[in-house]
Amino acid sequence: MQTYIYSLVSMGGIAAIMATGLGIASRAFYVERDERIDKVEEILPGANCGACGYAGCSSFAEAVVNGKAAVNGCPVGGEKVAAQIGDILGQEASSSEKNIARVLCRGGLKETKKRSEYRGIQTCKAVEAVNGGIKTCQYGCLGYGDCVQACPFDAIKINANGLPEIDPDKCTGCGNCVKACPKGIIKLVPVSCESHIYCSSHDAGKTVRKICELGCIGCGLCVKTCPVDAITLEDNLAVIDYEKCINCGLCAEKCPTGTINFTGKKVKSIKITEDCVGCTLCARSCPVDAISGEVKEQHEIDPEKCIKCGLCYEKCNVNAIEIEYE
Amino acid sequence: MAELNYIILIFISTVFINNFVLSRFLGICPFLGVSKKVETAFSMGMATTFVMTMTSVATYFINNFILEAFNLTFLKYVSFIIVIASLVQLVEMFIKKASTVLYKALGIYLPLITTNCAILGMALLIPLSGYNFIESVVFGFAAGVSFTLAIVLMAGLRETLKFADVPEALQGVPITLLLAGIMAMAFMGFSGLISI
Repeated sequence: MQTYIYSLVSMGGIAAIMATGLGIASRAFYVERDERIDKVEEILPGANCGACGYAGCSSFAEAVVNGKAAVNGCPVGGEKVAAQIGDILGQEASSSEKNIARVLCRGGLKETKKRSEYRGIQTCKAVEAVNGGIKTCQYGCLGYGDCVQACPFDAIKINANGLPEIDPDKCTGCGNCVKACPKGIIKLVPVSCESHIYCSSHDAGKTVRKICELGCIGCGLCVKTCPVDAITLEDNLAVIDYEKCINCGLCAEKCPTGTINFTGKKVKSIKITEDCVGCTLCARSCPVDAISGEVKEQHEIDPEKCIKCGLCYEKCNVNAIEIEYE
Repeated sequence: MAELNYIILIFISTVFINNFVLSRFLGICPFLGVSKKVETAFSMGMATTFVMTMTSVATYFINNFILEAFNLTFLKYVSFIIVIASLVQLVEMFIKKASTVLYKALGIYLPLITTNCAILGMALLIPLSGYNFIESVVFGFAAGVSFTLAIVLMAGLRETLKFADVPEALQGVPITLLLAGIMAMAFMGFSGLISI
């Protein structure tokens, strides 16, 4: 019993002396710090994911307050956080569209074939080191889930088909999975983009056809179809330029292998009503010049030329375009 | 006179023969982590030396007048760590106030002095060695000097290493570890210099 009391008193005493000393020292060595840094840090998500390029949320907060980092530099917090930081610093936050990660491969267990067995360390990096993986496709997803491990937001899961599935609501676009993937098939894409070419294979079309049901064979149909030239063929692989893409979904319709996936709404019919004031905005925005009409007169859509992308509907300022989705 | 000789012997044997880093292999983490530039390495050594000297003072009193007096030697680790942690906090506050540049250069290694095993090792060696108060303080200070010596030498070597043609496979950490090993072997040459 005595030992207990002695231990408690002595340890408590030492701790109390140290605490007092530190308390006095913290007053004596107090450093003034910009209050805004703490405020900014509170707003930040606090995941310390490093997507901003700084060591963590606190160093980013410091950089923002010192004007070294952009107000919208936190891709995870997105516009909301950027606006709040802007309020604190009295700056306008230029809006940046949120990016989310997409795995550009759909060659899971069903679609592809195995060429060997693997019984080593169960990570993508290890498998990649052993002759590029066990699937017949050299470019495709390995399915061991390095991206799942890398994701600080629990947004990625490996599904039954052995492919990573990204939850678009949870994904913040921090890019950790992009760095973790040894195949480099995860890309950050703007969240509003609906057409994606889910293949990363640069193999010749003939080879791809043999080894994967959903692989891009580089036929170039989508390149020809795209009304805005957003798709190009790069070394047997169709690549989409998200800045040019207008989400019309035509490429997905034409794709013979089903590599391109369109998740947006498809326009069924579109026409210009009598409300049209003839401002020519729609005619100028149309990628295929299907709209004609004189200034200050009602415009018309040429149904033969129209690709039903819906761009004019978005551009019209007077709600003079009627649109029906499928 | 004999006492003074003994103290000098303690100092020399701690710094050279039983060098904390290169012979006892304590404090390897900051030894490899902060040894990229001589300047920061020296500051790190100074911070560690301060903490070590103060710790040796505190541990001598705590050990002799509290722990052994009340038969509480089993609380050695706990009490020493409290002292070390508090002193590190103090150093951190001081450096933050005195030099922001240095504070940033030391980074995470500054609070990590707390877990620097060289300091706890030194604190635990004092009760074992049976030193009196002055000898303990000299031992603590010498331990800090030995750490500073090792880390500054290492930083100097690593600075010149940048100009060396290192084989690709050995670049970065491997060559640093090799260097540390060679330095440890070099310090073995001091053994037998004196015997206490």
